[in-house]
Amino acid sequence: MSQKQNGALIEVRNLVKYFPVTRGLIVARHVADVKAVDGVSFIIRKGETLGLVGESGSGKTTVGKCLLRLYRPTSGQIIFEGVDLGKLDQEKLRALRVKMQPIYQDPYSSLNPRHTVAEIISEPLVVHGLASGRQARERVDELLQMVGLDPDFAERYPHMFSGGQRQRIGVARAIATRPDFIVCDEPVSALDVSIQSQIVNLLDDLKSQLKLTLLFISHDLSVVRHISDRIAVMYLGRIVELAPSRTLYDEPLHPYSQALLSAVPIPDPEIEEKRKRIILKGEIPSPLNPPPGCTFHPRCPVAIDICSRQVPEFRETRGRWVACHLAK
Amino acid sequence: MLLQVRDLKTYFDTRKGPVKAVDGISYDVDKGEIVALVGESGCGKTVSALSLIKLIPVPPGKIVGGEAVFEGKDLLKMSDDEIRRVRGRRIAVVFQEPMTSLNPVLTIGRQLTEGLMEHRLMDGRQAADEAVRLLEEVGIVDGRRRLNQYPDQFSGGMRQRVMLAVALACRPALIIADEPTTAVDVTVQAQLLELLVGLTRTAGVALLLITHNMGVVAKYAQRINVMYAGRIVERAATKELFKKPLHPYTRALLSCIPRLDEAPGVRLCTIQGQPPDLVQRPPGCAFMPRCAEAREQCSQEWPPLREVFPEHYVACVTYR
Repeated sequence: MSQKQNGALIEVRNLVKYFPVTRGLIVARHVADVKAVDGVSFIIRKGETLGLVGESGSGKTTVGKCLLRLYRPTSGQIIFEGVDLGKLDQEKLRALRVKMQPIYQDPYSSLNPRHTVAEIISEPLVVHGLASGRQARERVDELLQMVGLDPDFAERYPHMFSGGQRQRIGVARAIATRPDFIVCDEPVSALDVSIQSQIVNLLDDLKSQLKLTLLFISHDLSVVRHISDRIAVMYLGRIVELAPSRTLYDEPLHPYSQALLSAVPIPDPEIEEKRKRIILKGEIPSPLNPPPGCTFHPRCPVAIDICSRQVPEFRETRGRWVACHLAK
Repeated sequence: MLLQVRDLKTYFDTRKGPVKAVDGISYDVDKGEIVALVGESGCGKTVSALSLIKLIPVPPGKIVGGEAVFEGKDLLKMSDDEIRRVRGRRIAVVFQEPMTSLNPVLTIGRQLTEGLMEHRLMDGRQAADEAVRLLEEVGIVDGRRRLNQYPDQFSGGMRQRVMLAVALACRPALIIADEPTTAVDVTVQAQLLELLVGLTRTAGVALLLITHNMGVVAKYAQRINVMYAGRIVERAATKELFKKPLHPYTRALLSCIPRLDEAPGVRLCTIQGQPPDLVQRPPGCAFMPRCAEAREQCSQEWPPLREVFPEHYVACVTYR
């Protein structure tokens, strides 16, 4: 696939991540692979938000972790600002990490309960040698204000905060090193709806204020649609459709995207009455032994013969990329 | 009326003082009707439903007052033995997390037939046949073989189907479904809800649906009770509520949900602040600190639900 558009901050080429399954206590024999990510390619442009949606087990979190180099890919390339991450030694990789930061789902487990807010937020600054002492402390105050928290909270511990406030602390930590790129992995999924919207708006504001590029991973299609410029739909380790947000919602081409969108109820009973739903059979198969051909074919309502034999090519059509034999 | 809950109060003792988890709520469920309790975490929706069948831990929990008349009898006055019979035969519960409500060391067959033998007085063979039929009803083919399997051999969606089969086993009149689809994926959620609602229609079972998902209630519920800080703040038929939400909380809640059919990039509305601490709840309306329309009166009283339009109830000083 050639996606030589200008302005790509990140380019992912044919990324593969298998987790080996071994058996045996003394000598571990390699018996199988969990094919978490099985050949995905995409770019993220500077300043855009790319949404990555899919159900549990689709591999979306693994993609995010490979991008941050928290996982070493089995094969494929990740190119960040023209630099192939796979070719960097530890030292250079570490230096590059300043530019890419994560925000995690669970604000209860991603903050060290024994550290104060100031310690949590300043940690990346200290680790990367960007600031220390009074300078770091001043930056913490500034960051707390940026995420809508009172700088007086700096000496408190995480347990004294609500879920929404903790997620703000997580955001402050992520932007501390002035990164260019943030991977948000289900950042609002653990929050109540009234708090969700606060965090979504905060991310929106910071994105334009700090000119950030975001990878927004979520299973919640409504939130992803709201925040993303383009959306990639994943199924069983592959991207089945990649389209501008509006195009995907107005006219999804892949049968899985269609089913996924139709399964999300809209909070309006009169609209819901008229909507047609595609109810899929069964559940997502195990990535240990994915079906041959198009991995979606056993659940696909329109599958034909070729779908079970041949992997569909990921190709460009009608303003988006799609992997389906039937998409015209 | 199948179930009439009146002024139910359930408190929990904590070190900081009593938490008024449910603070005087009243609602009805008619035969075969789908009624929703919606609200955010901690609003008391689950406790209010589990109090009905005494499934709250005592202590620290305590049902302080009220009544819950089900098929002519007050559930809250029943002895433990009586309520246990109701729980098996007339009211069934489907929980959010099927892995914690199925016993991992018993086969699915054992867990399904137990109730049939106990409550419907079947012998082993009859119960096994009925269990296979029930599994088919909830969409599990190959039931005969599945009976000998353990819960860990089922996927999340399949386990939730088994839970439905267990719930239906004793032909209940009411199913309490507590966030039945929160732990599963959206395509599986759609399967399960269609199944649950279809079963209530064909079997005439009433459904008390507890959820935080406004999309789910819009699609499936007939009547909605919106809860906040232990009370019902608004109740109406589903279409009426979505077309004409009156309580400031309901309106704010509906406007801060990103919608699939909405143009992207529009700024989301938010509700300022956080839900109140139920230990030191000040007098007056609990939503007041977050309410855009709060006035002085609100700090003095939290009015009871009042019928503002036919069958549309609101608890807010604006409508009195």
